[in-house]
Amino acid sequence: MPAISTSSLPDIVFMLLFFFMVTTSMRETENKVMIKLPEASQVVKLERKDLASYINIGSPIAPMQAQYGTDARIQLNDSFKTTSDIRDFIAAERDAMSEVDRQFMTTVIRCDSDVHMGIVSDVKQELRRCSALKIMYCARKPAK
Amino acid sequence: MAKHKTPEINSSSTADIAFLLLCYFLMTTTMDQDNGLSRRLPPIPDANQKVQDQKVNRRNIIIVKINSADRLFAGNEILDVSQLKDKIKLFLTNPVNDPNLPEKEEKDIEGFGPCMVSKGVISLQNDRGTSYQAYIAVQNELVAAVNDLRDEFSKAHFGKVYIALDEDQQKIVREAVPQQISEAEPKDVGKK
Repeated sequence: MPAISTSSLPDIVFMLLFFFMVTTSMRETENKVMIKLPEASQVVKLERKDLASYINIGSPIAPMQAQYGTDARIQLNDSFKTTSDIRDFIAAERDAMSEVDRQFMTTVIRCDSDVHMGIVSDVKQELRRCSALKIMYCARKPAK
Repeated sequence: MAKHKTPEINSSSTADIAFLLLCYFLMTTTMDQDNGLSRRLPPIPDANQKVQDQKVNRRNIIIVKINSADRLFAGNEILDVSQLKDKIKLFLTNPVNDPNLPEKEEKDIEGFGPCMVSKGVISLQNDRGTSYQAYIAVQNELVAAVNDLRDEFSKAHFGKVYIALDEDQQKIVREAVPQQISEAEPKDVGKK
């Protein structure tokens, strides 16, 4: 019995590789807070992922609770920050965008469902002060 | 000169290399889509600017409040989240022209013609102790009410649901059924 020719195997794998390269995007930050998104049935998709900046709010992940406690915290990029750092964060994100895209900048608030609104209100007020007015409350579609 | 026949490169390991690359991309990338509720925050009022008395007729405003125990209060009565959608729809449509519900204004929409547009505004207020989950649930109901009305309008005038319309038609529907949700200033940040 002749062996099955495997000469086209690399082609198949490369095709798979290209598929994944095109459909996925790089993981940019590592979550340092636990986020269980609330459910909402009316969610819409985020239009331009490259114009989004993320603000994560939630209690720190288990290995970090010894150091940071369990109170809700704000994570910008890769570290815990306070509301006063949002201004610099937004300015940096805005600088990284081209002139034309700046008006479409969206701030995505990824917040745990158990967090109280106090901290979210503070973030919202700070965003208003930086005139980053386009926001999105991240939520997930309820399972059918 | 003697003709050298170049030996073929052994390509049996290309598959392994490709698999390695594939694994790398599988590990480092994400496929998850971001979904959420889009909102536009009101700009901060200028400190030098005199605060203009925004006289909005009382009948045109419905105040939706969520307290620290996640209880909902809308338009002078305590409601459950499941009842909110119908309440908002009634508020925005005002089918029998009740003098306590918002007035309507005839507006000339480009590409469509005159249309009665409700002047109703939903004002959403929350406490610092409100849970995010309850807040999003209420926001979701408000959006659901507006989306339902948009669907009804689209079906009546274009025979299709809102999402199936083309961009120009969607714009008309958006103007005819505006989404006016105002997120009030948090209670402890300055009083007007």
